[in-house]
Amino acid sequence: MPMDAVTPIDAHDDHDHKPGFFTRWFFSTNHKDIGTLYLIAALCFGLVGTFLSGLIRWELAEPGIGPLTHFVLWGVEGVTMDAKIEAAKHFYNTVITYHGLIMIFFMVMPALIGGFGNWFVPLMIGAPDMAFPRMNNISFWLLPFSFLLAVVSMLVPGQGSDNGFGGGWVLYPPLSTSGHTGPSMDLLILSLHVAGISSILGAINFIVTILNMRAPGMTIHKMPLFVWAMLITAFLLVLSLPVLAGALTMLLTDRNFGTTFFDPAGGGDPVMFQHLFWFFGHPEVYIMILPGFGIISHIVSTFSKKPVFGYLGMAYAMASIGFIGFIVWAHHMYTVGMDVDLKAYFVAATMIIAVPTGIKIFSWIATMWEGSIEFTVPMLWAIGFIFLFTVGGVTGVVLANAGIDHSLHDTYYVVAHFHYVLSLGAVFTLFAGWYYWYEKMFGIRYNGMLAGIQFWLMFIGANVVFFPQHFLGLNGMPRRYIDYPDAFALWNMVSSIGYMIVVSSLLVFFVVLAESMIRRRKAVVDENGNGNPWGPYATTLEWTLPSPPPFHQFNELPRVKADDHH
Amino acid sequence: MRWIAVSLLSLLSLSAHAGQPTPGAIGFQPAATSIMERITSFHTILLVIITAIVVVVMALLFYVIARFNSKANKEPSKFSHNTLVEIVWTLVPVLILLFIAFFSFRELYYQETLPDVDEADVINVKAEGNQWNWTYYYMDVVDEDGFAMSFVSNPLHRGLPSDPVATPEQPRNLAVDYPLVVPVDTVIRVYTGATDVIHSWAVPSFGVKTDAIPGKLNELWFRVNETGTYYGQCSELCGKDHAFMPIEVRVVTRAEYDTWLEQAQSDIDGALQYLAGISELSNTQLASAR
Repeated sequence: MPMDAVTPIDAHDDHDHKPGFFTRWFFSTNHKDIGTLYLIAALCFGLVGTFLSGLIRWELAEPGIGPLTHFVLWGVEGVTMDAKIEAAKHFYNTVITYHGLIMIFFMVMPALIGGFGNWFVPLMIGAPDMAFPRMNNISFWLLPFSFLLAVVSMLVPGQGSDNGFGGGWVLYPPLSTSGHTGPSMDLLILSLHVAGISSILGAINFIVTILNMRAPGMTIHKMPLFVWAMLITAFLLVLSLPVLAGALTMLLTDRNFGTTFFDPAGGGDPVMFQHLFWFFGHPEVYIMILPGFGIISHIVSTFSKKPVFGYLGMAYAMASIGFIGFIVWAHHMYTVGMDVDLKAYFVAATMIIAVPTGIKIFSWIATMWEGSIEFTVPMLWAIGFIFLFTVGGVTGVVLANAGIDHSLHDTYYVVAHFHYVLSLGAVFTLFAGWYYWYEKMFGIRYNGMLAGIQFWLMFIGANVVFFPQHFLGLNGMPRRYIDYPDAFALWNMVSSIGYMIVVSSLLVFFVVLAESMIRRRKAVVDENGNGNPWGPYATTLEWTLPSPPPFHQFNELPRVKADDHH
Repeated sequence: MRWIAVSLLSLLSLSAHAGQPTPGAIGFQPAATSIMERITSFHTILLVIITAIVVVVMALLFYVIARFNSKANKEPSKFSHNTLVEIVWTLVPVLILLFIAFFSFRELYYQETLPDVDEADVINVKAEGNQWNWTYYYMDVVDEDGFAMSFVSNPLHRGLPSDPVATPEQPRNLAVDYPLVVPVDTVIRVYTGATDVIHSWAVPSFGVKTDAIPGKLNELWFRVNETGTYYGQCSELCGKDHAFMPIEVRVVTRAEYDTWLEQAQSDIDGALQYLAGISELSNTQLASAR
């Protein structure tokens, strides 16, 4: 298109630079396209993870081992029921392992960080793209291959003739070394290495972009809170993932090259792996929730028609959560036999996290206070998140006490706790962001009533799944059990019924998607000619662009005035 | 304050078989040791606090939803700072946490400190986790070669059709062939270790759970208030049969314990039969034990 060469440079008038399909989607260096690819990938991987959780709830709906026996030893002649049950026991362990890994590494992280992060960090700071567009491309494309390695690892021998690694997402040795001698664990290590490289590259990209490419006038203390959240998340990733990579490499050499880092027979220590793992693993849980905190702040402010309450407090609450997140890791390990004084330290440090978290919850409520609240779909998800995250947060305070955790460690109480902050926390922020930015990203509108139905089904369903699990945990049901004493039958059945409600919510979600794609209602254009359906209180820069934004935006950098609020 | 705690307690521990989970229960198993009694009351305090927090947050949310929705409040105000409330909602949580921490440290150090009793009166047992059963060593009973008395405690149920039928005396997935036997009202010190992968020795009604880790010797203690049978389950994922390596602890009088111990050193089956004579152990358990 030679005409383009003489077209004046204008943020709103350069749609025609889009490359062809293959170049655009496979060699993509455009942050919005890469963001879309991340979202699509997370959606696909998330369905696999949801399917696996369905297997768990199906198997646990009633006492005894039944449903999973249908999924093992396919095509093998003359298999006894006993053999099928024995295979199902290992299969169950692999299902919970891959459910956890897939949801964390291939659903929540790609969606919140890769998806929304790539899409909106450059838009919100007024940058034309990410700092390293080609690195952005490789950090996305490592992900499907990492996922492929994980799937293959599920299909090759893990222990004996049983396929897949069944040692839990925490990969504790010796179960992950001498306990699983097959190639499955090696493939899984490689998969996580690749996923880790992908995340580190992405994190470097975010840090450089945010520190160097903010629009003129946008000081650090004027950055939107989502950008703050992404900056802190990226630092957590860069600091914690290399520790995981080191631990994984030591596992790999323990397994294959005769080292004994974690083998007491050679002077190693299995607990050392747990320290390394949780030094990564605890920041990891904040990595999964911090971007969501940022999204919720924008949504609450937009629909309360008020600026965010206590902007600086919100930003530094996230920063302190990120910092404290690095010094509390051993609260995952209260039962490994640590010195009592050390446990006391971790109790104290862990409880401190409740303070900045409380500041965030109360600041969101204060943002709504004296506002004029519109109950749009993203706002429903945001309010649902605030309530459910509070529930998940207070059970975290209970678990922080080592004296109580000795009773609750590795029970369903823990499962309930971390699903309240992840499955009902991080996932709610994901849907909140999705419905907040859907029109901006794709230029079409969804049906608000259908999306509202999806919210209510999810809200009810997820609570029915996870609230009874507190009861199971208190009464002593250990986690990662394929079969349980009959006394636990009632609440397990209730939990499985809740899963059906969650699935129906996801079906409605796909109806929302299909309906919006078929009807293709045009995105709202406001009186200033901007693609902003949410009114004057949607103040961040992405709302000054058309929906969807042009292929390249901000060719002329926007200027943030000194008196603009964040 | 106290009546709340008492009524909540009664709600949460609907009485049933001590030492095992209760159908439909929503709270802890009834406490059988001082440790678990103290955990239960600490947890009740925590439950009151966290319920209050959730109720306050929920009430605030309902209030802003009802009072500050766009129909009820057309004109949003513009404020975005209020130093006083920010100080309040930072300091009040700090005070609540300090209050919790007081109990928390007290309970933690109580659990981790052996009571002040004569070392000679403490019974030392080692629970060694294997894939997938427990080996119990009575460390104080050593033969002439220096080996401690020991036996393997196997589960009765493995999720298979051939499992023995469950009875009230042999609850499914909880009963074992040879239980750990300890005397009532005595300080028991359990060392935990493992031969292959990490396991975890846990009995909910005792309030104890400690990992059994290869190459490491961990330690826990308890003192059971009443005779009876108490169950626990392995609490660290240890492979295929993780759900099928339960822990059964028979708590008997001191005299019965001495008799059992004497006999167990030469004839573990005979000792089991003796236990059956003084308790509710059924013939099927004896049969499957052999």
